[in-house]
Amino acid sequence: MSTVKLTVNGKAVAVEVEDRTLLVHLLRDHLNLTGTHVGCDTSQCGACVVHLDGRAVKSCTMLAGQADGASVTTIEGIAKGDELHPMQAAFRDNHGLQCGYCTPGMIMSAIDIVQRHGGQLDEGTVRQELEGNICRCTGYHNIVKAVLDAAGRMKVSQAAE
Amino acid sequence: MGVEGIGARVVRKEDKRFITGKGRYVDDIKLLGMTHAHFIRSPHAHAKVKKIDSSAALKMPGVVAVLTGQELVDDKVGNLICGWAITSKDGSPMKMGAWPAMAPETVRFVGQAVAVVIADSKNLARDAAEAVVVDYEELPVVADVHAAIKAGAPQLHPEAPGNQVYDWVIGDEAATDAAFAKAANVVKMDLTNNRLAPNPMEPRSAVADYDAAEEHYTLYTTSQNPHVARLVLSAFYNIAPEHKLRVIAPDVGGGFGSKIYIYPEEMVALWASKKTGRPVKWTSDRTEAFLTDAHGRDHVTHAEMAFDANNKITGLKVKTYANFGAYMSLFSSAVPTYLYATLLSGQYNIPQIHAEVIGVYTNTTPVDAYRGAGRPEASYLVERMMETAARQLKVDPAQLRRSNFITQFPHQTPVIMAYDTGDFNASLDAAMKAIDYAGFPARKAQAKAQGKLRGIGVSCYIEACGIAPSKAVGSLGAGVGLWESAEVRVNPVGTIEILTGSHSHGQGHETTFCQLVAERLGVPISQVSIVHGDTDKVQFGMGTYGSRSAAVGLTAILKAMEKMEAKAKKIAAHALEASEADIVIENGEFKVTGTDKAIALPMVALAAYTAHNLPDGMEPGLKESAFYDPSNFTFPAGTYICELEVDAGTGKTSFVNFVAADDFGRLINPMIVEGQVHGGLVQGIGQALLEHAIYDANGQPVTASFMDYAMPRADDVPSFNLSHTTTLCPGNPLGIKGCGEAGAIGASAAVINAITDAIGKNNLEMPATPDRVWRTIHAA
Repeated sequence: MSTVKLTVNGKAVAVEVEDRTLLVHLLRDHLNLTGTHVGCDTSQCGACVVHLDGRAVKSCTMLAGQADGASVTTIEGIAKGDELHPMQAAFRDNHGLQCGYCTPGMIMSAIDIVQRHGGQLDEGTVRQELEGNICRCTGYHNIVKAVLDAAGRMKVSQAAE
Repeated sequence: MGVEGIGARVVRKEDKRFITGKGRYVDDIKLLGMTHAHFIRSPHAHAKVKKIDSSAALKMPGVVAVLTGQELVDDKVGNLICGWAITSKDGSPMKMGAWPAMAPETVRFVGQAVAVVIADSKNLARDAAEAVVVDYEELPVVADVHAAIKAGAPQLHPEAPGNQVYDWVIGDEAATDAAFAKAANVVKMDLTNNRLAPNPMEPRSAVADYDAAEEHYTLYTTSQNPHVARLVLSAFYNIAPEHKLRVIAPDVGGGFGSKIYIYPEEMVALWASKKTGRPVKWTSDRTEAFLTDAHGRDHVTHAEMAFDANNKITGLKVKTYANFGAYMSLFSSAVPTYLYATLLSGQYNIPQIHAEVIGVYTNTTPVDAYRGAGRPEASYLVERMMETAARQLKVDPAQLRRSNFITQFPHQTPVIMAYDTGDFNASLDAAMKAIDYAGFPARKAQAKAQGKLRGIGVSCYIEACGIAPSKAVGSLGAGVGLWESAEVRVNPVGTIEILTGSHSHGQGHETTFCQLVAERLGVPISQVSIVHGDTDKVQFGMGTYGSRSAAVGLTAILKAMEKMEAKAKKIAAHALEASEADIVIENGEFKVTGTDKAIALPMVALAAYTAHNLPDGMEPGLKESAFYDPSNFTFPAGTYICELEVDAGTGKTSFVNFVAADDFGRLINPMIVEGQVHGGLVQGIGQALLEHAIYDANGQPVTASFMDYAMPRADDVPSFNLSHTTTLCPGNPLGIKGCGEAGAIGASAAVINAITDAIGKNNLEMPATPDRVWRTIHAA
C-alpha cells in the first residue's frame, strides 16, 4: 500500500491504494468520480481519458502512483458550476452522444485535440486524432461535428478571457 | 408541430448527466458490504471438467466463497433457455442442449464459466481465481459449421445428433423449383455472413443484493428489458418468485441486442448473494465480453435467383447454415428463421421463394440477435444477388432493382410478411440524386486517370420492425407476447410522469417520449419525466429491441394519453360547465371551443386529486395505463449508395461519398433518428470492412480484445449524407416505422457492391480487409 497525493479537479487529495492500483480505479473506486469509465482492458477505447497536468491520458494505462504530485482533471471538473465547458455544450447541441458511456473520454480527448491544434482543425484531422476513442453508437458523424463546433466556441471563449 | 412537439429537433434532456459525468451505470453502484465476483472460465473449447480444487483459494485473505456448477445443480437453479420454439421440416422440435450457468461436467466454448470466486475486492477475487485448480480432459472440437456437419464430427450435445439444432424450411419448394425450370437466367452465389461481436462500450455488469429478512432480491443489471429478465430469472431459473425480485436497469451504455439476454453471470450473482449473505458485483472486462456476450450473424449460404427473359425475378432458393455456437441463447432460434427468411423477398416482387435453414452447434460463443438480427443477413444476400445479377445480365444495377420493385401495397410475399406500405422508387430516386448516380461514369474515368479504382454500390433494404403482433409471433413459436405497456401519471400540480416498458440505452426516449406529450398537451417537456428500467416502478413491459420503442412503446403511451385526456376533458367540462365534446386541449389548457373559457392543466389535475367537485360517479385521480399490441410488423425501407476508391497497390478502401435515403414513416425527433442511422451505418460498414470474430480450428478465439477485433474508428468511416422519404405506417396511429437497425441492415451490401464494382471482380467476402481486397484484385 502507498499513499498517493494528487490534485483532482482542483482539490488536493491523499489516497492510500494498493501499489497495483490504476489511476482510473483510484478515481472511480476511491474518489467516487464514476464519470471516468472503463471500456476495455487494452488501452484501446479511450473511455477512461482524463487530463494529467493538462494533457489527455488514458487513466487505465498508468498506475495511480505515477500520478503522485500531478494535477488531474476529470469529466466532473470541466464545467464552471452550471456553465458547461464549450465541448460539453457542443456534444449536447450536435447530438454527439447516445448511450453516454464513451462520452466523458471523448470530451476529454476532444478538448485536448482542440487545445493542441488551435483553430487549425478540419474533419480529417479530428477523425485521425479521435483514433484512440471508440464509440459504438454515433458512427462518429455527430462527434466530429461537435468537436469542430467546439473548436470555434473555445476560440471565442479564449478570446473573451 | 410545436417547438418541442412531434417532428422537432429537440436537444436531448438526458444529455446533461452524461456530458458532466453524472450518468449512473451499473458498475458505478456500490452497496454496503459488497463483494466482487470473478468467474473461472474454461480455456478449452470442449472439455470434461474432471475436478475443481479451490482449497488454496479459500485460504486466501478476503475470499468469501468459491462456488461451482455442481452447487447450482444441487440448489436446483434452472438451466438457461431459448424462448422461441422452432419446428424442423420433419415435424420434430428444435434440439436444445442443456446450458447450465456454470458447467458442472462439460464445457463447450472457451470462456464458459465453471466456478466463481466471491471476495472482498475485485483484485482479491482475481488473485484467488488464479489459485483455483481445474482439471480438464480435453475433447475434440468443431469450430465452424463446415466441421460441425461432417459425418463423424465430434458431437456437442446428446440431445442434438449431428450437431443439428433444426432443419427448418419456409416457402413452396415445388413451385420454386418449377419457376427455376422455366428460368431464362439463373444467378448463383455462395455467401458468408461474418460473425460479429456486438461490443456496446459499457461491458455487462450486475450488482445483486439479497435481503434475507424479506427473502427479496434486487438486481441492478445492464439490460435492455428488465421485466423480461425478471420473468426469466423467476419462471425458468427458480431464483425467486417475481414479487420477490426487483430488476433495475439504470443507465445502460449501449445494447445492440447483446443486453436482451439473461446471461449466466447475472443469475449466478443473484444466487451467490443469497449464498454468501452479501451483495455481489460482477463487471465484465472486455475480453470476457468477447467470450460471453452473444455474437451476431455467422451464416454460410448458397443462393440462386431465377429471372425470366425480361429480367424479372421469378424465384429465389436459399440454403443457409446458421452457426448457433455452443448453446441456444434466449432468442437465437428465431434469428435465422423468422427474422431472416421472412425478409428474403427484399423490396422485390418475387413470386416464389424457398429457404432452408440448418441450425448448427459449434464449440464457440453462443450467437443471438445483434443489431438487425437476421435482417442484415437477408438484406446482404438479396442485395449481393441483385448486384451480381445485374453484372451477369449486363444491366444497370439500379435499373434491375427498379424494374423488380414492389409498387402495389399491401403486398403479400411468399414468406409470411405482408408489406403494408412503401415507395421504393422514391427512396432509390432520392439516393441516386444525392450521389449524382448519372455522373458516376465520368468520376470513375477521372479516378482511373489518377490510378484509382472507383466503384459505386447500391443497396435497397427492407426490414420488419415494430416487433411484434403477439398473436402472430405466438403462432410462429414465440414464448412471449411482444406488446408494450405505458402509464401516464398527471400529478396534482400538473407535472406528468410517463412510465414505460421500453428501455433507453442510448436511444433518447427521455426526450422523444416527452415530445409526444408536448405535442398533445402543449406543455413544455421540462414538465414531463420518463420513468423506465425498474420493475418496482413500472408495470410489466417488454423492453427495447427490434426498433420497437417508437412504433410499439410510444403508441402504448399514446393510448394511455388518450384515456387520460378523455377523463381530464370530463373534469374540465364539469368545472367550466360546458359540454365535454366542446373541450379542446391547447397550450396546456382545456378550452371551451369558440369561447375564451379555459382551465389550465394543473387546475384540472388538482381537481382530480382534491375530488371536491368531480362529475358524479367519477373516481378521483388522473392516471391511466395502456397495453398496446401492434396489428402488424412495420416495414422501414430505403436505399443506400456508397461510392469509394480502392488502392490497387494496397487493397485499401477509401470512401468518397455515402448517401442514405430512408423511409421510417413519421419521425418524432429527426436529430435522434439521424443519429440512429449514423450509428447503424457504421456497424454495417464495420461488418463490411473491419469486423470479424475469428476462431481457430481448436475453437480458440483469436479476436478477443480491441487489439485484435477491428472496431470501426473515426478515421475508418465517412460522414454521411442522409435524407428521408415518407410513407406513413398504416399499422399504428402515429405512422411510425422504426429507425434503430436500418443502417446496420442496409450498409454492408452497399459497401461490398461498391468494392466489387471498383475492382471488377464479384467474389469478395466480408470483412473486405485490404489484404483480402488486394488478394482478390491480384488473384488469377
